[in-house]
Amino acid sequence: MLNYIKLIALGLITLFAMIAASYARDLAYQVHAIIIMAVSAGLFLWTLRNTDEPVPAATLETSYMDGVIRYGVIATAFWAVVGFLAGTFIAFQLAFPGLNFDWAQGYANFGRLRPLHTSAVIFAFGGNALIATSFYVVQRTSAARLWGGNLGWFVFWGYNLFIVLAATGYLLGSTQSKEYAEPEWYVDIWLTIVWVAYLAVFLGTIIKRKEPHIYVANWFFLSFIVTVAMLHLFNNLSIPVSIWGSKSVQVFAGVQDAMVQWWYGHNAVGFFLTAGFLGMMYYFVPKQAERPVFSYKLSIIHFWALIFLYIWAGPHHLHYTALPDWASTLGMVFSIVLWMPSWGGMINGLMTLSGAWDKLRTDPVIRMMVISLGFYGMSTFEGPMMSIRAVNSLSHYTDWTIGHVHSGALGWNGMITFGALYFLVPKLWNRERLYSLSMVSWHFWLATIGIILYAASMWVTGIMEGLMWREVDANGFLVNAFADTVAAKFPMYVVRGLGGVLYIAGAVIMCYNLFMTVKRSPAVEASNSVVPAE
Amino acid sequence: MARQPKKKNEVETTGHEWDGIEEYNNPLPRWWLWIFYACIVWGIWYTIAYPAWPMVQGATQGYLGWSTRANVAEEIATAEAANSEINERLASVELTAIADDPELAGYARSAGEAVFKTWCAQCHGSGAAGAKGYPNLQDDAWLWGGTMEDIHYSIAHGIRNEDDPDARYSEMPAFGDILEEPQIEQVVNYVMSMSPAYEPQDASLVSAGEEVYLDNCAACHGDDGKGDIFQGAPNLTDAIWLYGGDYETVKETVMNSRFGVMPPMGGAQLTEAKIRAVTTYVHQLGGGE
Repeated sequence: MLNYIKLIALGLITLFAMIAASYARDLAYQVHAIIIMAVSAGLFLWTLRNTDEPVPAATLETSYMDGVIRYGVIATAFWAVVGFLAGTFIAFQLAFPGLNFDWAQGYANFGRLRPLHTSAVIFAFGGNALIATSFYVVQRTSAARLWGGNLGWFVFWGYNLFIVLAATGYLLGSTQSKEYAEPEWYVDIWLTIVWVAYLAVFLGTIIKRKEPHIYVANWFFLSFIVTVAMLHLFNNLSIPVSIWGSKSVQVFAGVQDAMVQWWYGHNAVGFFLTAGFLGMMYYFVPKQAERPVFSYKLSIIHFWALIFLYIWAGPHHLHYTALPDWASTLGMVFSIVLWMPSWGGMINGLMTLSGAWDKLRTDPVIRMMVISLGFYGMSTFEGPMMSIRAVNSLSHYTDWTIGHVHSGALGWNGMITFGALYFLVPKLWNRERLYSLSMVSWHFWLATIGIILYAASMWVTGIMEGLMWREVDANGFLVNAFADTVAAKFPMYVVRGLGGVLYIAGAVIMCYNLFMTVKRSPAVEASNSVVPAE
Repeated sequence: MARQPKKKNEVETTGHEWDGIEEYNNPLPRWWLWIFYACIVWGIWYTIAYPAWPMVQGATQGYLGWSTRANVAEEIATAEAANSEINERLASVELTAIADDPELAGYARSAGEAVFKTWCAQCHGSGAAGAKGYPNLQDDAWLWGGTMEDIHYSIAHGIRNEDDPDARYSEMPAFGDILEEPQIEQVVNYVMSMSPAYEPQDASLVSAGEEVYLDNCAACHGDDGKGDIFQGAPNLTDAIWLYGGDYETVKETVMNSRFGVMPPMGGAQLTEAKIRAVTTYVHQLGGGE
C-alpha cells in the first residue's frame, strides 16, 4: 500500500518537474527542474520494480543501522576533496586573477566559485560528517537502532540532493546573496523537509533509547539540529517572484535583513560548526583515548552557557554599520562572555587525555583530535577578541577574518572530522585496524603545516591591509588606494594557496588510506548488535 | 587502557556508562570558573556604561555618553578644523599661483592624491595611467587641454554628462550612417597612416581616404589631424589611442562613434578646495601645461 502512495507522489513530482522545466524563466531553475525530474523518475521506476516483491524479513531491531553511515562517511570524504579543491583554486584565483578564465566567465569566476567552496566545505563536508557521526553516536550511546526505518536513508540522500541543487545553482547564478544561505527558495524548502526528517530520526532514536540518561554528545547534536532548523527558517523567509523561476525577494529589508542574516551566519558557526562538532568530539575523543570524560559538571555548565550565549553574538559582524550601537554592544558583550563556555569543551576534551598523554606519541589519530582541540581553543579565543569594537575596527573586512574562520574550519572542524573518519572506517567495515598509521602521520603533518601557512599569511595580510586602509599623512589624508592594498597582499596570497595545497594533499592521502583500509585490512567479525552498556 | 591513572588523581565517575564511555565527576576548574565570573561582571558593567539594553522607547544610552556617530562626527570636525585655514587659502588664490606657494602646493598634492584615489581611481586607475576609454593622465596628450584652468573645468563640470549644464560637450557622428562602406575603409586606412604607431591595413586606399577625411573629419580633427582641444577632438597624429588604433577598433570608432562620459565633481560632490587639490595633483603628474 505504501508503495502505491509513493508511486503516486513520485509520479506527480516528476510531472510537476517536467512542467517546471518547460516554463522555467531562468537556466538555474530549468536545470534544477530537470535534475528533480530525473531523480523522481528514477525513484518511480525503482519503486515500481520493487512493488509486490516479497518483503524481506523485518529488519532486525537488534543491530545498528550502519549502511547509511557508511554512505555518509564516503560522502564526507568525497565532498572534502571537492570543497578543498574549490577552495585552493579560488585562493589561487585571488593571487593570479588570470585564473578567472575568459571562457568560463559567468560559471567559474571567483564570484561563482566562492559560495561553491564555502557550501561544499561547511554543508557538504561538514554536514555529511555531522549526519554520519550523529547517526553513529546516537545509536551507540542510546543502545538503539535508528528510529524511522528508511527515513535515515531519506535524510542522507535528500541532504545530498540539496547540496547538488545548491552547488549547481551557484554555478548557474542562482543565489539570494546571503552568505552561507545562498540557495534560493525551492532549495530552502527542500532542505527544510530533509531537516525535519533528520530531527525526527535523531529524536526518535533518543526517545527509544535503552540507556537511562542521554549522553552529552547527543545534547550537542540535538541543539545543533533544532537551532539550525530555526535559523534556516527565519533567514530564508522570502517570497518567490514566480513559481517558475529561482528568484525570490527577502521579507526583511535594510538593517533588519542584515541583522537576521548575521544572526543566522554567526549561529551557523555556533551551532553547525561548534555545537555539532562538539557532539562529535564528546564521543570520539574518549573512545579513541579509552578514557572517561574529564568532568560531567563542566559538560553541563559549558553546554547550557554555550547555547544560551552564542545565539546573541551575531551583531558583532555588524560593528560600525547602520546597526544601532546598543545591538552592537550586546553582540560584543555576549561574544566575550562566550569565551569561557567555548573553552569548556576544549578543557573537557584535552583533560580527558590525562593519564593517556603517552598515546600522543603512538597514535596519530589522537594527535589529530588533540590538535583540533588546540585550534578550537585558539579560534574561540580569537573570535571574542575580534568582536571587541576597537579590534574589529582594524580587523573587519580584512583577510584576518578569513584567517580566523579557516583556523577554526581547517583546524577544528577538519581535524576532528578526519579523526572521526579514521575511527569510524575500521569499525563500519569490520576491519581490524587502519591500513597505514604512517599515512595518518603524513596527513597530520601536511594538514597542520597547511593550516599554519594559511592562518599566518592571513594574519599578516589582514593586519597589513587594515593598517594600510587607515594610514593617513600629516594633513590627515588617506595614503593608500584600495588597489595598493590588493597589490601588497600578493605574496601572502601565494603562501595561503600553498597552505591549501598541503591541506588537500593530506586529505587525498586520507582518502587513499581509508579506501585501502576497506580493501586490504584484515577483517574482523561484525559487532554491531544493540547492547546497552550496563 | 594504556596506563592506569595514578590513584591520587582518581575521582569518582558519575556511575553512568554509554558504549564504554564514562564521565568523571571532576569539579569545574577554578581558573575557568573565575574567568567566566569575571567576564560576566565585566559584561554587566559594560552594558551599563555603553548603549546596550533595548527598552520600549529606545535603548539605554550608557553613562559614558558614547556613540559611534558622535565619535565619527567629532573626528571629521577635528580634521576639518585643522585644515580649514589652508583649505580657505587654496580655494581663494589664483589657480596658477598655487604652484608658487610651496606650503600650499604640498598640501594640495597630498590632499589631491587622496581625493583622486577616492573619486577618480575607479576609471583612471590608482596610478592615473588610465585604461581603454579612460584617458591616461600622466602623459602630455590632453583631449580638453592641460592647463590648471582646463583641468579644473573638466573636473568641476565633467564630460558629456547630463547632470551639469556646463559639462564639456562634443559628439562625433556615427559615420556608419553617413558614409558608404568603401569610404569608411578608405578613411580608416588614412587615419592609421597618420599615426606613427600603426601601418595602414591597405596602403592603396590611403590617398582616397585623405579626400574622405578632409570632407568629413577635418572640421574637428583639423586638416593636419592634430585635433582641437576646444572641441575635445583627439589628436590623430600621435601614438596615443583612447580606444585602440588597430584597424578593427578604428573602424568601429568611425562607424559607431564613441561617447565617453565623466561625471561632474563640483557642486554636491567635492568642495572647491578639494577640486583644486585634485587639479593640482593631476597637473603635476607629468603632463600639466
